[in-house]
Amino acid sequence: MITGKELREKYIRNQPTAFCPGCGDGMVLNGMSRAVENLGIERKDIVAVSGIGCAAWVVSPYWRVDTLHTTHGRAIPHAIGVKVGNKDLNVVVVSGDGDCVGIGGNHLIHACRNNIDLTVIMINNGLYAMTGGQVAPTTEHGEKTITTPYGNPSQGMDVAELVKAAGASHVARWTTYHMRELTKEVEYALEKKGLSFIEVITQCPTRTGKKDNLSTLEMLEWYKNNTSKNPEDGKITVGRSVDKERPEMADVIYEQIISAGGTLK
Amino acid sequence: MRSPGVYFQEGNLACAEGAMAAGLGFFAGYPITPASEVMHHLARTLPATGGRFIQMEDEIGSMAAITGASWTGLKSMTSTSGPGFSLMMENLGYAYMTETPCVIVNVQRAGPSTGQATKPGTGDVMQSRFGSHGDYEMIALSPNSVQEMFDFTVRAFNLAERYRTPVVLLADAGIGHMREKFTIPEDIEIVERKKPKEGDREFFHTDEKDHVPPMPSFGEGRELLVTGSTHRGDGTRDTAGYDTQDKLVRRLKAKIDDNQQDIIDWEEDSVEDAELVVVSYGSMSRPARGAVKRARKDGLNVGFFRPKVMWPSPEERLKEIGKNSKILLAELSLRGYRMEVERCVGSEKMHVYDRLNSLPTIDMIYTKIKEVMG
Amino acid sequence: MPQKIHIEIDRELCTGCGICIRFCPKDVLGESGTLNQYGNFYTEVKKLEECIVCRQCELYCPDFAISVEVKE
Ligand code: SF4
Ligand code: SF4
Ligand code: SF4
Repeated sequence: MITGKELREKYIRNQPTAFCPGCGDGMVLNGMSRAVENLGIERKDIVAVSGIGCAAWVVSPYWRVDTLHTTHGRAIPHAIGVKVGNKDLNVVVVSGDGDCVGIGGNHLIHACRNNIDLTVIMINNGLYAMTGGQVAPTTEHGEKTITTPYGNPSQGMDVAELVKAAGASHVARWTTYHMRELTKEVEYALEKKGLSFIEVITQCPTRTGKKDNLSTLEMLEWYKNNTSKNPEDGKITVGRSVDKERPEMADVIYEQIISAGGTLK
Repeated sequence: MRSPGVYFQEGNLACAEGAMAAGLGFFAGYPITPASEVMHHLARTLPATGGRFIQMEDEIGSMAAITGASWTGLKSMTSTSGPGFSLMMENLGYAYMTETPCVIVNVQRAGPSTGQATKPGTGDVMQSRFGSHGDYEMIALSPNSVQEMFDFTVRAFNLAERYRTPVVLLADAGIGHMREKFTIPEDIEIVERKKPKEGDREFFHTDEKDHVPPMPSFGEGRELLVTGSTHRGDGTRDTAGYDTQDKLVRRLKAKIDDNQQDIIDWEEDSVEDAELVVVSYGSMSRPARGAVKRARKDGLNVGFFRPKVMWPSPEERLKEIGKNSKILLAELSLRGYRMEVERCVGSEKMHVYDRLNSLPTIDMIYTKIKEVMG
Repeated sequence: MPQKIHIEIDRELCTGCGICIRFCPKDVLGESGTLNQYGNFYTEVKKLEECIVCRQCELYCPDFAISVEVKE
């Protein structure tokens, strides 16, 4: 089995990272790298696309693959261009909750509708971390953040439910407490045809931690105690919620080119 | 895709044909009047040429998708009009910063805002140059015939590939919807992007005189770092360093500035020693030229000048002309090219015939010419 | 031949977040109480002999700072 050091040398660059100590973003990067290693996918066949925010840094500049670090909320449409441009590439999007479903929400919905073959990993820390801890679409009702000092008047959004309704062919949710399951899920997502969406509830010791007065380890403990694979438990449900077959858009576009008599450029 | 020959078609179709002739590999767009015919034609025709067509959820997505696709090695394009062009501004800046070749067709309509969707206007001239934030340069071409919709689309691709930068085709509804004869020639000059040589490691810096670094594609095993953040030659970001920012932003600017002679293009007629030179572009330049012809027939000493490339502007030439002649700028906008022309020729020389939403008759411009000449 | 286990913690990469300490089932790891050049208290190996090479620590480390090597 690959050692920590071998994994680092093969998949990671530009260390030390800019992540705060104990940040879950590095754990997601760890799981993703292992998934690629376990599947034996060549790094040159992966393109990682990200937007803006702490989560965007997970792949750029740290992941040792081709990376496209784009504008805020627009990782997904850039990734669609890459995938439709060359469908042999494994295209992975890593995006924070604000990036993915706040400013970029519409693109996410339509990527699911298209069922384009992307692996979208949404790192959910419940707020905008890089810019100082503002309220996000995932922040719970009543939560106090720097822009909701009297409590969030809005509601937190269940993104996994949203992408399910929008037509993603594979949807799952895990937390950084669940590293083994997360790694397996990314493997599954990379192999699954169509849009895979994995939400990873992730600790941000600097913003969420400070706000809730919880340490990194306390947050991980909280994930352990407040999640369950059984939706009946009344906790945050983790696990795979969608796994279905639907036509994948890039495939169909390529088929149409062939049937129109074209030779792919 | 049509074979070489003579056709009678509308401008938007000629634009789509030009794109395919140039080797279009990826198109992403969103419906909008008066540009939709470009994508209608490509939706039907592009697949048979081996190119990919996709309709996105909005223009933000379209601009993003063509940028992503360009990095897979394909020539890419989108088409839109004012409201969509506004939505593209952020990602247009991203394409510029990441040196991503692509073509953005803006079939301008009367604005601001929703304005009049089927009516021509050229109020986006400044936006095409300055619409995204930060310091940057843009190349924008202005066709005034169906033939030029074809030719300039090809040239837009050639410039984009040559200089690794987004290029805007600044058409207007007048040209986009006009039908006339155009020719698809047998031989078309096609430029391909500079690919890396063995051992090249820097794709965002070069010491070459043209300032254009080679461009690899995704999937070649180069572990590319492409970012809209300030970056070094190897693509790594430098979020705070002065030198990196200075070097990068100046080189990107120099890429357009220092290659101006190769980029800029205009046509002129009887400009030397003219008492008045009518400057016009796009669909307005057609009646404007008619008015100049009539004036000359009537013995008035009037010249005609038409920028074919709006940005970079034919600054030197305009300055020369402005030394001896009065200038009458005729345009379908209040502010289209006015500030730029005025900057070059000076406000004392500057006269304007502006019109909103429809082309004037030759008579109307002629009357203005006489008025200015006194 | 018995296994020879070596656990390498890169002192400069380790941020001392303590996640590996928490997830190690055998209490092999612990705080060093020493700062690295980035001002983080890095983690060190306390009871190497207890290590069962489950690699839980490697899997959970956000900074790829810890590596468990086994030589036969
Ligand atoms: S602010 Fe939060 S999310 Fe961002 S790097 Fe620090 S801990 Fe991670
Ligand atoms: S998990 Fe990694 S960074 Fe955190 S204390 Fe352990 S070795 Fe150090
Ligand atoms: S391999 Fe397992 S037992 Fe050994 S130090 Fe790591 S977590 Fe502890």
